[in-house]
Amino acid sequence: MNTPNPQLDAQGHLKHFLTIEGLSRELLTEILDRAEGFLGVAQQAVKKVPLCRGKVVANLFFENSTRTRTTFELAAKRLSADVLNLNISTSATAKGETLLDTLHNLEAMHVDMFVVRHATSGAAHFIAAHADPHVSIINAGDGRHSHPTQGMLDMFTIRRHKPDFASLRVAIVGDILHSRVARSQILALTTLGVAEIRVIAPRTLLPSQVEEAFGVRAFHDLSEGVRDVDVVIMLRIQRERMNSALLPSEHEYFHLFGLTEKRLSGARPDAIVMHPGPINRGVEMDSQVADGPRSVILEQVTNGIAVRMAVMSMCIGTQTLNSQGRGEFLNG
Amino acid sequence: MVNASRISLCNGRLIDPASGIDRIADLHLAEGWVLAIGDAPEGFRPERTLDARGLIVCPGFVDLCARLREPGHEQKATIASETRAAAASGITMLCCPPDTLPVIDTPAVAQLVHQTAERLGYAHVLPAGAVTQGLEGRKITEMAALKQAGCPVLSQADRPIRNAQVQRRALEYAATFGLTVFLHPRDQDLGEGGCVHEGRMSTRLGLPGIPEASETVAVARDLALAEQTGARIHFRGLSTARGVAMLAEARRRGVRASGDVSLHQLFLTEADLAGFDANCHLIPPLRTLADRDALRAALARGDLAAICSDHQPHDADAKLAPFPETAPGISSLETLLPLALRLVAEGVLDLSGAIERLTAGPAAILGRNLGRLAPGDPADLCVFDPGEIWIPTAETLVSRGHHSPFLGQEMRGRVVWTLLGGRVVFEKQG
Repeated sequence: MNTPNPQLDAQGHLKHFLTIEGLSRELLTEILDRAEGFLGVAQQAVKKVPLCRGKVVANLFFENSTRTRTTFELAAKRLSADVLNLNISTSATAKGETLLDTLHNLEAMHVDMFVVRHATSGAAHFIAAHADPHVSIINAGDGRHSHPTQGMLDMFTIRRHKPDFASLRVAIVGDILHSRVARSQILALTTLGVAEIRVIAPRTLLPSQVEEAFGVRAFHDLSEGVRDVDVVIMLRIQRERMNSALLPSEHEYFHLFGLTEKRLSGARPDAIVMHPGPINRGVEMDSQVADGPRSVILEQVTNGIAVRMAVMSMCIGTQTLNSQGRGEFLNG
Repeated sequence: MVNASRISLCNGRLIDPASGIDRIADLHLAEGWVLAIGDAPEGFRPERTLDARGLIVCPGFVDLCARLREPGHEQKATIASETRAAAASGITMLCCPPDTLPVIDTPAVAQLVHQTAERLGYAHVLPAGAVTQGLEGRKITEMAALKQAGCPVLSQADRPIRNAQVQRRALEYAATFGLTVFLHPRDQDLGEGGCVHEGRMSTRLGLPGIPEASETVAVARDLALAEQTGARIHFRGLSTARGVAMLAEARRRGVRASGDVSLHQLFLTEADLAGFDANCHLIPPLRTLADRDALRAALARGDLAAICSDHQPHDADAKLAPFPETAPGISSLETLLPLALRLVAEGVLDLSGAIERLTAGPAAILGRNLGRLAPGDPADLCVFDPGEIWIPTAETLVSRGHHSPFLGQEMRGRVVWTLLGGRVVFEKQG
């Protein structure tokens, strides 16, 4: 079906950021370039730019997440927006209020942007389809579907170390089945034109027809899968997947799919290791790798703020940035 | 409504697959029955003559699965609202599954549904009796009493029996009374939590999947039990190529099994899920193009004997949520005829074949010698204009349910008159 992309306005500008799917390489590159400009803001004495001054951003988290919510909050505040934090989790819906009731109540407070996290795939699309036309929606994670700002901050981190996407081999290791992060990474890497994407996991953690669905290669052996790759992305494994029909134990998982220096030795000598956090040390990777020279895990957190500033300012910003990261008015 | 008891339909193209008729002929009705085809009997004076020139006259459609939502879910629809929609769709007889509230597991509820519909007079409604009490899959119902109360078949609706021993006993007991059991083949554990076909699209959209094996495991089990018990089973709404192939193979061996398909499965696939359209939230889920083509082929061969609407009207709120949290099902009575004609246009069936699978085919599964227009048959019939182009919209649907992925699409073929027992129960306006 050729429906118009719900994320873009009539001029082709970013209106919502719901998924990487359907966005052009130029637009993704614009996000990355803009984020470069925002990296400097954190080093300024006054860590603020006025791009979203007078705008109201509401963090609407139906699922708990301190880390992601905090980086969105910081990003919005550095853009000089006013921020509302709403931890809905289950309280509102437990009272019988529907998702749309919650949304419309907040719209009545003249919010300009909702940053939404929800446990159900498709929730951000649903909210974007029913929100007031002047409101922008940023998807901060919906079910297993999409977490596009995480995907873009990972692209940003990769680009700072490996500027040429076209030459890269990237391996994503772990629970691909349940991971919205992996889906966003795969779509972003594909759009940015990397040479090869591999997914590495036992069959129980790979979604059906993953190779055909995404054009990736599937591996079930970690050492083989990371051979000659430039980037290794480890995914977080939820504890509740253990001792189930999906995985027998943490012990066997780490034994087969945990990243160690030894296993990493087959990757390119300058390969970087990433993880969206928080890490389960001794399950997904050992501490030697997590804290080692190839790890860029903490950079990812720093970059997350810049990338979220970029996306937010593209959706609701009133001004553009010059190369020094200072605000400049457009259209007076 | 016209209550003439003698009606002549003149100059229409009469298509009655059951009696092999396809020619321009007049049809004369008297006192609710078909009196004659061709020349009127001597002395016959019609009180009303309907000019069917350029139109097709065929038996009224028989729909094996349409939810009316009454009793229990009147916020969605009622027997009155949905049988009116059935009449507007050329449907004169429909079978409703037992998942009402209370469940149709006692003669009282069965009679309530049947008699309410008869009193309203828009379409005959045959309730499918529940196989187990409360549809809970544990204790079987008083099947003989349900049969007595007018249930032509039994069904578990969308709540298949998990326990194979209960299923076996239920089939044996039903077979005692010659009752066909409708089965929605789904292994509940394999499909647990799923809302779309497990495949490329579920992987791309991150939606929990229902694998093909959820259907084939259930088909295999139920075919084995039918073979063991000699019971007669009918698979309601097959969705996979392999499921249909298993049914066809078992039928060749003489297993007393049949199957049907929901009409939307012949047009939509998992690819239509892009954009999280809740109107494509269907159970069984929309599957692959290869599955869709295999279903079309099985329908053409006759391995699938009937086309169903699988009508499921919903209130607006039921679809106002993120995709997995919406209620599955669509309102599909009024697109039944034009979509069946689309199958003809696309070369899947010829016109007579399409009408057969909407009339005599499903009637035979209900064990009724209906869905035909020979002299002496009830005057339940549909007259339609095969060329009229129209666009269904939420505003124009007669059904209380306004959810359909086909709204806004150009449809060809529209019902002009529906007659039930010789009475005009629907007449196209304008």
